Amino acid sequence: MSEIDVRLVDVVKRFGDSNAVDHITLDVNDGEFFSLLGPSGCGKTTTLRMIGGFEQPTSGLIELQGQDVTWLPSYKRNVNTVFQSYALFPHLTIEENVAFGLRRKGVKDAEVKSRVTDMLRLVELPGFEKRKPNQISGGQAQRVALARALINRPAVLLLDEPLGALDLKLRKQMQVELKRIQREVGITFIYVTHDQEEAMTMSDRIAVMNRGKYEQLGDPESLYERPQTRFVASFLGVSNLLAGTVDGTADGYALIKLADDTRLRVPVALVDGNAQIEVGIRPEKVRMNTPTDAIPAAANQLEGTVTDVAYVGVSTQYIVDSKSGIPMTVYEQNIERTTTGSLYRQGDAVRLSWLPEHTFVVGGAPAATPAG
Amino acid sequence: MTAVSRPLATSGAAATRRPPRRFLHVLDHWFLPGFTVLAIGYLLIPIAVMIVFSFNDYQGKFNFVWHGFTLQGWLHPFDWPGLPDAIKTSLLIAALSTIGSTILGTFIGLALTRYSFRGRGAINGLIFLPMATPEIVMGSSLLTLFVNSGLQGGMLNGIVPKGVLFPLGFTTILIAHIMFNISYVVVTVKARIAGFDRRLEEAAMDLGADELTTFWKVTFPLIFPGVLAASLLAFSLSIDDFIITSFVSGTTNTFPIWVYSIIKNALPVQINVVGSMVFLGAVLIVGLSNIRQARANR
Repeated sequence: MSEIDVRLVDVVKRFGDSNAVDHITLDVNDGEFFSLLGPSGCGKTTTLRMIGGFEQPTSGLIELQGQDVTWLPSYKRNVNTVFQSYALFPHLTIEENVAFGLRRKGVKDAEVKSRVTDMLRLVELPGFEKRKPNQISGGQAQRVALARALINRPAVLLLDEPLGALDLKLRKQMQVELKRIQREVGITFIYVTHDQEEAMTMSDRIAVMNRGKYEQLGDPESLYERPQTRFVASFLGVSNLLAGTVDGTADGYALIKLADDTRLRVPVALVDGNAQIEVGIRPEKVRMNTPTDAIPAAANQLEGTVTDVAYVGVSTQYIVDSKSGIPMTVYEQNIERTTTGSLYRQGDAVRLSWLPEHTFVVGGAPAATPAG
Repeated sequence: MTAVSRPLATSGAAATRRPPRRFLHVLDHWFLPGFTVLAIGYLLIPIAVMIVFSFNDYQGKFNFVWHGFTLQGWLHPFDWPGLPDAIKTSLLIAALSTIGSTILGTFIGLALTRYSFRGRGAINGLIFLPMATPEIVMGSSLLTLFVNSGLQGGMLNGIVPKGVLFPLGFTTILIAHIMFNISYVVVTVKARIAGFDRRLEEAAMDLGADELTTFWKVTFPLIFPGVLAASLLAFSLSIDDFIITSFVSGTTNTFPIWVYSIIKNALPVQINVVGSMVFLGAVLIVGLSNIRQARANR
């Protein structure tokens, strides 16, 4: 068990009548790349700002390395922030910007200079010392903001959608870069983003937030393979969700009866005693078969008709209207079929199949099922 | 998006229709420059006259008719009874009222843009009142107030120490000038603070600067151009104020008051000389600040 760097205990932040952050309790481990992921307005930035000391919680406790910092101003906390807008000081040069934190601590001139040089090398901006923030590009400003924060060797680095203003290509490049820098300096990163791919690429653990709470917390793989709520299932990647009722068990599987009496199998452990559940399956785990193809006996099956075909190069994305009326999304790798020009076409009757082990279950009463 | 596409659209339209383009050409190349020259001439001719007549070898008491070139005025710029004192008073009052009103106005401007508090809207409106009130009203009401404080049994009797608001003189002029300058400073500084990104202060605090350090290292340098502009405005308003000053000056002479007092008997060339000096000083300051601005942007 690694040491805990940041601990939030039952933290609430009220703005007016609504809870922007609604009773959050979580631990972030030392050296971890931790992400707060969620749509805008879910409270992720407010959570970050409370850790940084820019907002005070309405109630609850915030600890940094075991010390209660709930009411400490930001300049007394050993955390630094990379702001979404970078917030570089426009009247200072890049060098003075990066040195700002060290100057406040009264570090000696010679040391400041060498550390600034090192830091600019780390973010791959050597020689930019004398420029002003309005003379560099967005991507460079982002690196300067990172250098300005990291040079203080904080216990925790907070990043508030730092790549939000960059174009896609630069963003991808910076994701790799950020992860490299985090490994090199070994500092705990808490990263706020609404981009699920970004969070998946970089994070050790992710808290998926919605309406002021996190709905699920875990490593990227478990969040993707075993989402526990409808929100997580649809926010992280694409999911097919089939509502049904539990109707007995067989061979260690629970049988789930769908609206059209089709029965699906899911591992009993996933059902967890619920009667009404939604069975989920990721599009890439579903196989397309012709109605006459042989299908393994243990596999789940659904019959349907192809209603939409989208060829995207690496794969083909189908929408299949199942007999139970629920549209299913299916991704098929373009390995065999596309080379012979024999993709399924709109109107083809198909049989979908997948292994029960690949399913996940989002619990509780399902939300309104799509009209069929 | 629209801002980018609009110029393209108009040039496209101009290219397809010939006559408007010719008309625009005449407008661009002759009418507008000509008009600009006229307007600038209108603005500058009085100043030019003042400067030219500062070299006038005038006869008699009044410097109204050109009699020939001389440097006498510039060689003895303050050579008239009462003039040196009036200039000293004017400069001192301008300097002190600039400092006072800039400090007060900057903090009011910061408070009004930063914090929401009860009565903020009202104060925002009230700040404009001194600018909107006719100077003659302000002058007479100040006079009433000051005189009252000196009267036995007057309104402010016993509240304000004797000698501060009465008798009239240097202190009352200074108080009046600070008062009417504050509004201008507040409005100028507020305009600068409005574009200020609060995240910059958060970033400074995040990097270990406490509130005071954040103010001096980040907030103040960034609003400084606004503060400087405000103080220059305050200085120039103070140094040439006549109406309010004439009500509250008592026997003290500022330069405008002095000019007005002697103009019935004489119009010495020194008035033109000092006026020219003030003008050249202003040009110099504006020039320097432009150079500084250009350097900062480079």
